[in-house]
Amino acid sequence: MSMTVNVSANTAAHIEQNRSRYLELKAAGQGSQRPLPPHTQRNGAALDASKITHREVIPGGWYWPVRIERGQTLRLLNVNATPGISVMIWNADDTSERYNAGDTVKVQWTAELRKGRVLFSDMGRVLASITEDTCGRHDTLVGGSTSKSNLEKYGDASLRNSRDNLMLAAGKYGLSRRDLAPAITFFAPVSTDAEGRFVWNEGVLQSGDFVDLRADMNLLIAVSNCPHPLAPAATYAPSDIEAIVFQAEPVQPDDLCRSLSAEASRGFENTDPLFR
Amino acid sequence: MNTSNIGASREAASAIYDFTIPALAPWSGLVKRGQVIRIVDLEGQQAVDTLFYRVDDFSERYSAQDTLRAQGSAYVVTGTTLLSNEGREMLTVTDNTGGAHDTSAGACSCESNTVRFGHHTKYMHACRENFLLEVSRHGMDKRDIVANINFFMNVPVEPDGRLAIVDGVSKPGDYVEMRAEMDVLCVISNCPQVNNPCNGFNPTPVRVLIFAS
Repeated sequence: MSMTVNVSANTAAHIEQNRSRYLELKAAGQGSQRPLPPHTQRNGAALDASKITHREVIPGGWYWPVRIERGQTLRLLNVNATPGISVMIWNADDTSERYNAGDTVKVQWTAELRKGRVLFSDMGRVLASITEDTCGRHDTLVGGSTSKSNLEKYGDASLRNSRDNLMLAAGKYGLSRRDLAPAITFFAPVSTDAEGRFVWNEGVLQSGDFVDLRADMNLLIAVSNCPHPLAPAATYAPSDIEAIVFQAEPVQPDDLCRSLSAEASRGFENTDPLFR
Repeated sequence: MNTSNIGASREAASAIYDFTIPALAPWSGLVKRGQVIRIVDLEGQQAVDTLFYRVDDFSERYSAQDTLRAQGSAYVVTGTTLLSNEGREMLTVTDNTGGAHDTSAGACSCESNTVRFGHHTKYMHACRENFLLEVSRHGMDKRDIVANINFFMNVPVEPDGRLAIVDGVSKPGDYVEMRAEMDVLCVISNCPQVNNPCNGFNPTPVRVLIFAS
């Protein structure tokens, strides 16, 4: 500690009080109130055909804007293990509220977003819950590809990229580049080594991986099917993915995502009043 | 207040602009291409939440993800080039004595404070209150507040993904210097957070100096 500045005894007492409270929250948040669930089996969480309202094949390199109502779920099915599907999310009822990567990792004390975790908006509310997830390896620190990253990696800036795709999807809702913010890329097994360098973990992704995003608010979602900029393949070859919208099961009192952490519970306490 | 250690290469007296941002307060200012902005952590362990916008088009702004992707690593350090959402160079970090700076954990807000620390912290001052007031002076709004840099904020990201704000490593007088590669508007929130260690639980003033090219 470099407390070279004299602080009053009263201030010092407040500092110590806040410090000990923070350390308690940190211990609880980095521990686990409830065990993290295992990953979903790739042949698990079968969908009831009668609950499906839309299926969309998104070609490799392309994007899809979609509106999802609270209580619906979007399944992103990674049919051929393409390395990365980038996503941006807005509150459909007020698009100035949007996915906030920093809050999402900070309040949940982890960048490891997997089954049971939730995606936060900039307003302390839960946009969506990760209700099923077969691989648990997603990236929200690095973001998606850009024309510049495609140029550096593939020598071709004209290849379709996630930044422009998300801009186009935003544009279809009448939004502009002011409405873009750090995105999340599913199926992007990126971690950080001890020196802070980003590392792509090969061998994680498998054909048939999927993630389910349950909408906890009415959402506008932009989905971009372009390879993550750290994906190692030297050739640009994104494969088709499938997006499936279906009616979610009613939320139960012991809902996993609502009760995994005290932070998530408070996020839902901020969210639910919008829908009463 | 210790002001002796405020930069090896330039004398503070040669600055064309020199302002001390009070604890808890916002600030904004213009840094022209070629000029150098120095941010001094006067008393140590004080997070300085910072955003940059291109002066002739504010919709081009600092992009944390573009910056980290191009760099291949997770923190802002000496040599980091700060990129815009169009992939252009906005500023380059030319000197730094304050440790590795975070740009992934964002700015505190009243709303996220309720989630992190409990609903009783809702009515406490926060960085996004500062940002919102300051960008509103330039015709911008909440949509323009994107992921920022947290100078002097220490947020190690562990290999297993765990991430937390821990005690800052900056000492009184530590500083970071950046050279502007385009004309930029710099917007700062001198972080008022007292519920985590980003300010040593005791927010203090910081000093901003701008040097001619």
